[in-house]
Amino acid sequence: MTGYFLQAFIYLAAAVIAVPIAKRFGLGSVLGYLMAGVVIGPVIGLVGEETVSIQHFAEFGVVMMLFLVGLELEPKMLWAMRNRLMGLGGLQLVGTTLSVMGIAIYFEQSWTIALTIGLIFALSSTAIVLQTFNEKGFNKTDGGKNAFSVLLFQDIAVIPMLAFIPLLALPELIEKAQNTLVSAAATHEELSLVVGLQGWVYALVITASIAVVVFAGHLLSRPLFRFVASSGLREIFTATALMLVIGIAALMSLVGLSPALGTFLAGVVLANSEFRHELESNIDPFKGLLLGLFFITVGAGINFTLLFNDFSLIIGLTVGMMLLKALILYALAYIFRIKNSDRWLFTLSLAQAGEFGFVLLSFTVQSHVLPSEIAQTLSLVVALSMFLTPGLFILFDKVILPRFQLASNKRESDTIDEKGTVIIAGIGRFGQIINRLLMANGIKTVVLDHQANQVDVMRKINTKAYFGDVTRPELLHTAGIEEASMLVVAIDNRESSVDLVKYVKHTYPHIKILARAFDRGHSYLLRAAGADFIELETYYSALESGAVAMRCLGYHPFFVEQQKSAYKRTEDKQSDELYQAWANESQGDRFDNNYRKLFIELEDKIKLAMSDDRLGKHSGSERGWTPPPKDYADKQSESDNH
Amino acid sequence: MFKSIIQLTNLKSDLFMAKKKVLILLAHPSLHRSAVNAPLFKQAQKINGVTAVDLYYEYPTFHIDIDKEQQRLLDHDVIIFQFPLYWYSTPAILKEWQDLVLEYGFSYGEDATALHGKTFFCSLSAGGKAEAYQSDGYNHFTIRELLNPMEQMASLNGMIYLPPFALFESRAASETGHLQQHLAQWQILLEALVDDRVDLRRVQKLQKLNQYIDDIIKKD
Repeated sequence: MTGYFLQAFIYLAAAVIAVPIAKRFGLGSVLGYLMAGVVIGPVIGLVGEETVSIQHFAEFGVVMMLFLVGLELEPKMLWAMRNRLMGLGGLQLVGTTLSVMGIAIYFEQSWTIALTIGLIFALSSTAIVLQTFNEKGFNKTDGGKNAFSVLLFQDIAVIPMLAFIPLLALPELIEKAQNTLVSAAATHEELSLVVGLQGWVYALVITASIAVVVFAGHLLSRPLFRFVASSGLREIFTATALMLVIGIAALMSLVGLSPALGTFLAGVVLANSEFRHELESNIDPFKGLLLGLFFITVGAGINFTLLFNDFSLIIGLTVGMMLLKALILYALAYIFRIKNSDRWLFTLSLAQAGEFGFVLLSFTVQSHVLPSEIAQTLSLVVALSMFLTPGLFILFDKVILPRFQLASNKRESDTIDEKGTVIIAGIGRFGQIINRLLMANGIKTVVLDHQANQVDVMRKINTKAYFGDVTRPELLHTAGIEEASMLVVAIDNRESSVDLVKYVKHTYPHIKILARAFDRGHSYLLRAAGADFIELETYYSALESGAVAMRCLGYHPFFVEQQKSAYKRTEDKQSDELYQAWANESQGDRFDNNYRKLFIELEDKIKLAMSDDRLGKHSGSERGWTPPPKDYADKQSESDNH
Repeated sequence: MFKSIIQLTNLKSDLFMAKKKVLILLAHPSLHRSAVNAPLFKQAQKINGVTAVDLYYEYPTFHIDIDKEQQRLLDHDVIIFQFPLYWYSTPAILKEWQDLVLEYGFSYGEDATALHGKTFFCSLSAGGKAEAYQSDGYNHFTIRELLNPMEQMASLNGMIYLPPFALFESRAASETGHLQQHLAQWQILLEALVDDRVDLRRVQKLQKLNQYIDDIIKKD
């Protein structure tokens, strides 16, 4: 037990120290994790052999990442990118495999080994690339989207590769394996449902499992989430999200499909769900930690003895492989008309070997395709290329991008004026009206509420609403608060609304906050928390009701309107003073004497503003449309006579 | 050091040439569709010495702040109503503004001299052709005649009334290029007003300010 604690502490401590430092120097978190791994592994030797088994576990982060990627991709969008997926992804894979194979054959490797190396090197690192895209905001760029299609195609292609590679087994290796002690085949054999099935049955099973994922995602997930959400327990929702991802991964492994592909599919199915943001914010921290762990193990797994023994060979192989991949990617980018900085992003981001390379490598050794010495060297090459990738991103970010930006800044004028999004927290009676008014004017809104049935009702009347607890920073993040220009706080909980305002104003000072207050005391708390605009929820309706009463008593509607606005004007003028008194002298909700005095003063002022012209003077609200005095006409003719 | 020299010279020119303060009160109830008044307003906002106020922006519910508006009038030397001509008069808010702000005892009546000696005129756009605004034309009156209430309002308040600065056929102005010309004239006019280079006595007799823009600017 103590051992586990120590190990966990070492990994976490390394990450906690290295990642913020790497970020501060603009190197990105991936390089930070890799360095942390190198330090605790080969350099100080705090961790050793166990990194390999931890790595297998951490690979699950990739599965989670693809689930999250799927959540962002609606089926429509996936269909729209089918050409890029097949064309760009397919050509990249085939082109790289054949070129690497050709070179390997030239160096007198047998064709089976050459082909295997080609397949391994053709894959890029989904983990590093997507993580970095996210961090630097490249997801939405043309280069980023194209790179993603290639990565997705590679992830799908891993499955047939795993089926195909055993066919390349070398006879002499198999013989050797058989001569040595019979390895416990049973332990190598993974738990599987499809062993020994006939081809057509196998195909049927696979189709059925995919159908299960799609069907369950469409029809069963909603009732399940609603059921769980109604319990109001946050951790149970997290458990449900994890159960979903792990369950799908398990199902896919059982039928011999890639777990990453399965969860990706489930993500796509759930992309339209109102629970999307909540799922994202629940899975995201797990994904982040596991990926981080994965990168650390890559760093820790670098075998420095091997590296220094064959230094020139390994460096040569790494650089050569990356150059070759980059060359092919650049050519493809040219053919597929990916332009300017996007072409460079596409080229540089994918020019490494990836985590699936490790998977294939261990698999090839098991299936006697590659001798283990070659596999060890290749594993180092894969790790090194991953290690160098953050450097390429820095090159792109600091050198290439600024040059293109400079060029494009000169061309374009600044007429783009895109309306920012408004996030509406709480879609009860108050938020609904705000949302309707904004939507009717073509303003993009993101609506969030923590009551699943409320979200349901909104969805039924064609309002896009998402389920989730807005007081959680992750949910605000996935709802896009960084890009939003306004946040409307209309949630039903006094304390949480004040906390939310405080948090958002502190973290995203540029965002304007409009908050709904229940009463005067609440409005002061919101104001103290930094809300830009505060509306009392009952103020206008009460004022209007008073006006209805006056009209009903026979007052002229236009006069009533004037009195109403006089009331509001006086109240507005006085409210600052009241707030200051509250802020200075009262604590929390307690109103002290001075405040009470001011409040009575306000009442008097309002009365004065309303008072009739009993003294022959016009009242405050009647100042307008003042006729000249009664003797005006006489005086005028007098002056004419002069 | 350099900056202070510039400031000093600015101060000097201020001293030598009396600057006038110009107030534009714009009334356009649907500015987002405006093709003439919006650019005119925007351009005016950029000129030093000109205060441009969008009345519908400031008083969307027509609750005009009388004290604030009266103070504005006191602070300026030239008052301009800018508006699209609606039924031979101003849009509603400018009428409301007159009804509320020009109070007895402030700008007219016994001992009320707040606006005495200030200059007043209208800058307007009209959909009809210039020829229509003639006694034998479609609208039977010249634009100056139609604005007689304004002229008398100015006179009762002791202000110097100038004829309107008008753009006709305003719906087609951006296609015919008249808008560009009008904007250029607007710039010259406002700058001349700020620099007090307008020969008021001469201009007062004209029908429209436009045709005489070049003439009204005194040669230095």
